[in-house]
Amino acid sequence: MKYDRILIRYGEMTTKGRNRNVFVRRLKNNVSKKLHMFPNIQIEYMRDRMYILLNGEPHEPIIEKLKTVFGIHSFSLAMKCHNELNEIKETALAAVKQLPYEGKTFKVSARRVDKRFPYGSDELNHEIGAYILRNTDGLTVDVHDPDINVRVEVRQDGTYVTCRDIFGAGGLPVGTSGKAMLMLSGGIDSPVAGYLAMKRGLEIEAVHFFSPPFTSERAKQKVIDLVKKLTTYGGKIKLHIVPFTEVQQEIYKQVPDEYSLISTRRAMLKITDALRRRQRALAIVTGESLGQVASQTLESMFVINEVTTTPILRPLVSMDKVEIIEIAKKIDTHDISILPYEDCCTIFTPKSPKTKPKKEKVLRYESAVDLDPLIEKAIANTETIVIDEDFEAEDEFEQLF
Amino acid sequence: MIYLDNSATTKPFPEVIDSFVTVATKYFGNPSSLHELGMKSERLLTQAREQIAAALKVKPSEIVFTSGGTEANNFAIKGVAFQYRHRGKHIITTAIEHPSVSEPCQQLEQLGFEVTYLPVNEHGMVTAEQVKKALREDTILVSVMHVNNEVGAIQPVEEIGALLAHYPKTIFHVDRVQGISKVPLDMKKARIDLCTMSAHKFHGLRGAGILYVRQGIRLSPLLAGGGQEMQLRSGTENVPAIVAMAKALRIALEKYDKQIDYLHEVKQAWLNELKAIPEIQINTPVEHSAPHIINFSLKHGMKPEVFVHELAKSDIFVSTTSACSSKKKAPSKTLLAMGVGEERAESGIRISLSFENTLEEIPIAVAAMKKAIEKLSEVTR
Repeated sequence: MKYDRILIRYGEMTTKGRNRNVFVRRLKNNVSKKLHMFPNIQIEYMRDRMYILLNGEPHEPIIEKLKTVFGIHSFSLAMKCHNELNEIKETALAAVKQLPYEGKTFKVSARRVDKRFPYGSDELNHEIGAYILRNTDGLTVDVHDPDINVRVEVRQDGTYVTCRDIFGAGGLPVGTSGKAMLMLSGGIDSPVAGYLAMKRGLEIEAVHFFSPPFTSERAKQKVIDLVKKLTTYGGKIKLHIVPFTEVQQEIYKQVPDEYSLISTRRAMLKITDALRRRQRALAIVTGESLGQVASQTLESMFVINEVTTTPILRPLVSMDKVEIIEIAKKIDTHDISILPYEDCCTIFTPKSPKTKPKKEKVLRYESAVDLDPLIEKAIANTETIVIDEDFEAEDEFEQLF
Repeated sequence: MIYLDNSATTKPFPEVIDSFVTVATKYFGNPSSLHELGMKSERLLTQAREQIAAALKVKPSEIVFTSGGTEANNFAIKGVAFQYRHRGKHIITTAIEHPSVSEPCQQLEQLGFEVTYLPVNEHGMVTAEQVKKALREDTILVSVMHVNNEVGAIQPVEEIGALLAHYPKTIFHVDRVQGISKVPLDMKKARIDLCTMSAHKFHGLRGAGILYVRQGIRLSPLLAGGGQEMQLRSGTENVPAIVAMAKALRIALEKYDKQIDYLHEVKQAWLNELKAIPEIQINTPVEHSAPHIINFSLKHGMKPEVFVHELAKSDIFVSTTSACSSKKKAPSKTLLAMGVGEERAESGIRISLSFENTLEEIPIAVAAMKKAIEKLSEVTR
């Protein structure tokens, strides 16, 4: 007897009321997209849990994939049998025997959901525990702090046995919170912000500002690679690459050095907001962390934010750099982010940007420049790439591998 | 032509050569160059690394490209020895390793390291128990091959890995040059820290190899310089051969999935035929041996070199012991270690198969072998 299914317990969405079905259905879709390479699996879902029937597909790679799906609190390998005591005992024993159990302690936690079943949960604990004990060597009982907790649930449709809970990614299913634009630079912070946004159920589209020849093709490739990493969690993601050279040069020419950074940021936000409107998203996500750099002081945020009333979500606002780096490493974007290619933020950085810019001054400087046509041109020439987990930018290489 | 020397080298897949030529002509840039051509070359390298890592179920950052198996073995052994020499100076390996493992070990002995060479049993195998007994407080490295190149014996790599899980200060290296694409091995499950593979043994080209370096293992580089390969192996990357290797590995593993049963069948048919020849003694162990290597000895003092040359006249290619040592006139190290005696160890012949070999070749090759034996018997009598 082998584990034939995976039981999935939902995350925070169990607190949802009448619209819970929307969340569950979305999770089911996200899971089935994630596992599309395993054609034989079947997904059954109900209000409070989901089952993946393996139908012979290997469970190890599926477990790894599930760990990246938001909306899952935890999951377990499970076996199902009929509501019949001897069969339940056999199944529980088989479940234990598939683990390295020697020298370990265990307990049985039975739940009788189907009250028609003639044995109560205490009786079940006793019967199953005794059976396991009799048929194994080197396994002892510890009801307080067991290494192996054999969970047996007798439900209407059958009995489920699980031994080990694996933690899921938590959060809400991607797409259940609506859509937002992620400003993605190529640094360490913005991919982490995107990850956290998706964790709360947001679908994201990434916006990257590209300033050739000041920034190289490699910098663009780096952003594509980062988005590809994020697709592990978010499925397909659109990446908008905005040609930004002309806007940046114009600002650099017309706005005094210490204010050029603020103006540049304002232009970027304006463009992102225009793209947001076009893509029908409702918010903008950034990787800003309060006080980290000159453009991320409260004064700067105030002046930059002034160009739009769209909600700007800053998941990292109160995080320290070390905490951000920790997440970046966990989601595997860190090593890409630290590659040393110039991006549009580093290239025109003034020597001493204002950390406490004044709104009036910015407005006065900008009134002398007419950026709008350049901004519109940048939006019109924005290139959009749809990236998924299997995305390969260089199709020309395909036949080489 | 009937090619039966696949453990010496394999015939490159035509698709693999196509990739090599395309990359060498079209994308010849140096991956470290800043311009477009360099960038394409770098992408190719990255893609090759990702594909190989996925095929081996490890991380791309754990794949280090080398010039081949010999370099990877040298790098693993000396890299560990130099990096961890303050931790200890004891190394455990086996008596039947490929020279690219045993020779570096001997070099290290001259530098003050102590090496234990575990003997093998009559089936050409070591046991995890032997490793356990040989382990010491100062053991920094255990190096055990996956599949022996001369007789095909499969070593209990997973058991040794499970044992070494209790010795976190001892690094586990596996030479998987003969095993890859023929004998499955889950590197994570076997808790391998370092693992050697070589492209030309799975229908890639010479000049490219892989050392898997598990995350967290540090190695002292053998080649210092421009810091390529994550600072571990300097030297401009051989991108054409590496891309070709990634493709070869993909194709070889696909062939494994489709044809492994057939390969077993071919090997069994070979064994049945060879057993029926009275002048031949089979050396390859019946159990725990790879599906592609058959080693046998010629009786009555027949010279194996002459046998090889005689067969070559009919375009049939086999090998005396391993190719690397077959130019030296020496008894097979593995056969000696298995305790078959001097005479039998001196007359070893190796047939090594690939997924290209067929059942249909066997009667032709066997007939030629019988003829060669007849001829040789005349001379020796």
